[in-house]
Amino acid sequence: MPENNYVYKSGEGLNEEVVLKISQMKNEPLWMTAFRLKGYELFLKKPIPEWGADLSTIDFDKVHYFVRASDKTEKDWNDVPAEIKETYDRLGIPEAEKQLLGGVKAQYESEVVYGSLLKRFSDMGIIFCGMDEAIEKYPELVKEYIGKLIPPGDNKFAALNTAVWSGGSFIYVPKGVKVDLPLQAYFRINTANMGQFERTLIIVDEGAFIHYVEGCTAPIYSTDSLHAAVVEIFVKKGARCRYTTIQNWSKNVYNLVTKRAKVEEDGVMEWIDGNLGSKITMKYPAVVLAGKRAHGEILSVAVAGKGQHLDAGAKCIHLAPGTTSRVISKSISFDGGRASYRGLVQVSPGAKNARSKVVCDALIMDKDSRSDTYPVNKIFESESTLEHEATVSKIGEEQLFYLMSRGFEQHEAEAMIINGFIEPISKELPMEYSVELNRLISMQMEGSVG
Amino acid sequence: MIKINNLHVSVEGQEILKGVDLVVRPGEVHAVMGKNGSGKSTLAFTLAGHPKYEIKSPKSKSLKVESGAIEIDGKIIDELAPNERAEMGLFLANQYPAAVPGLGSTSFLWQIYKKKNPSTGSGRVVTSIIEFRKWIEEQAKVLDLNLELLKRGLNDGFSGGEKKKMEILQMLVSNPKYVVLDEIDSGLDVEALKKIATTVAKVAKGLNIGVIIITHYSRLLKYIKVDRVHIMEAGVIKKSGDSSLIEKIENTGFGDNDNRL
Repeated sequence: MPENNYVYKSGEGLNEEVVLKISQMKNEPLWMTAFRLKGYELFLKKPIPEWGADLSTIDFDKVHYFVRASDKTEKDWNDVPAEIKETYDRLGIPEAEKQLLGGVKAQYESEVVYGSLLKRFSDMGIIFCGMDEAIEKYPELVKEYIGKLIPPGDNKFAALNTAVWSGGSFIYVPKGVKVDLPLQAYFRINTANMGQFERTLIIVDEGAFIHYVEGCTAPIYSTDSLHAAVVEIFVKKGARCRYTTIQNWSKNVYNLVTKRAKVEEDGVMEWIDGNLGSKITMKYPAVVLAGKRAHGEILSVAVAGKGQHLDAGAKCIHLAPGTTSRVISKSISFDGGRASYRGLVQVSPGAKNARSKVVCDALIMDKDSRSDTYPVNKIFESESTLEHEATVSKIGEEQLFYLMSRGFEQHEAEAMIINGFIEPISKELPMEYSVELNRLISMQMEGSVG
Repeated sequence: MIKINNLHVSVEGQEILKGVDLVVRPGEVHAVMGKNGSGKSTLAFTLAGHPKYEIKSPKSKSLKVESGAIEIDGKIIDELAPNERAEMGLFLANQYPAAVPGLGSTSFLWQIYKKKNPSTGSGRVVTSIIEFRKWIEEQAKVLDLNLELLKRGLNDGFSGGEKKKMEILQMLVSNPKYVVLDEIDSGLDVEALKKIATTVAKVAKGLNIGVIIITHYSRLLKYIKVDRVHIMEAGVIKKSGDSSLIEKIENTGFGDNDNRL
């Protein structure tokens, strides 16, 4: 990659100068510069978490923390790994999108296709733009909310994100506005532009509804191996937000994400989270149920294959009476992969009649693969209910024989069993996602058997 | 033609079948009867290729390389996977079919249908899932199966009788040449039994299918015309005869100690 393709590229490693430079390049107001510096300070202080996946192999000094691309940062299509290209072909992804997903093209002619859609949203009073643009155009709104739910020092990777964040979305949905169409229309475009250190902020005002979709099922080839995103969502009284993520990063990526939503009275937050790719993922979408009768759902599926450790889970913090939460976690490990569920349910004193239900189902495909469950419950209110169910199953010989005896090959039968296993989650996904998810699982099974 | 030749089968090291011989031609209906533990279900699983059931040729025969224990239409199938046997037209209706939660019943039936009725040639009558859904619902109605079940996961939460009907629906979409029904009558009330038997009889005759009915009881055989009856005992076929044998069993049982019939 010739150096002169970049407008700016930070050197390897991180120091205060790099942080300042990023802020300066983006022409940010002083408060944002201070916010970043605070993040940097805390990043240095915070230890690397040692309670989860093995992060000891991350070399922070080898990471480029900021790359601002010029209009053409074209990598060579030949550099994209063959198996990823093959997957694109088999999923039938159009040529232009392939280039984008493969990281070959940085930009995409999306205006023509999506312009009218964006206009429809803006006519409803919805603000939907990149974070950089939001800081420029709606500084007061951003300032009021950013870092309030996930403070700079929340954890090492949130601190890192605070210091060097770049890209991500800002969404504000005004009171009472309900968006029937998921904001997914330009999912692939969004994803490919997704930075290493994305920062997303969503505010759903009273009585409003939005469904936001990020990521995509097709594998994303990234040469940047460290990804640390932060997503903060504010769900106001009687509002509802559904946030769907599918990540399929290439198998060299550390994907360390902090996601949290605060839900006011009678509000509803739903996290739907699918993890297919990455080398290591650590991600525990959280709902802070702050208002009476607030409800949170976290539905997740993790598919861990060779060389992968997906440590995913959920956090439900009940602060008010009558709050309810539901967690469904489905994990599949195959070909030596490891999938873990790590969850927290906390009920604070006074959160009377709080109810939480956690269901963790793990499917282990072979003896080399592994699944773990680490649930933590902190219940400080006696008048509350917590249910926890966990099942671990190996793929059944009887199920396999049964399906094979109907004429299906072993990998087809396995894919049928797995797709059935994750059906409670996949049926919640937008149609094209669930179809593509099923096909990807079929392809992975074919690979692991063959 | 299914040809079973001196079949010895072990499960977890224990020999269950000790030399079974049986020939079933297209269009013939055979009943294999016997007490619990006589080896009837082992025969069914072995035919379909369940990995737990190991075919072990006795030493004295091991030099006869050319002959297998089981042949279908002249091809030795001893080593074939269950799906390869299905491709040759073998269908097993299970006594206890597994449940696969989340695998939609209708979509599963449609996938079997597409696999077993290639779009080329005259095989496929129904061409879209919408048409197929209508068609399968009609079949389900004939069997008096609650249509709501077709929307559920495969056999998920089905009663014993409902599972049996689902097996028969799978048989209908599989376009089989040979059908093995393993205790299809167990757990069925008389009405359900009649409906399943009539359907099997109709399909067997219409498509010239070779049928092996494995059963403990003779009641199913009132509704299907049987060509040959075989009595199994302790892993071998002890006696074979025409349908008059059924009557004898009804009167005298399988043996001296069995009064259950």
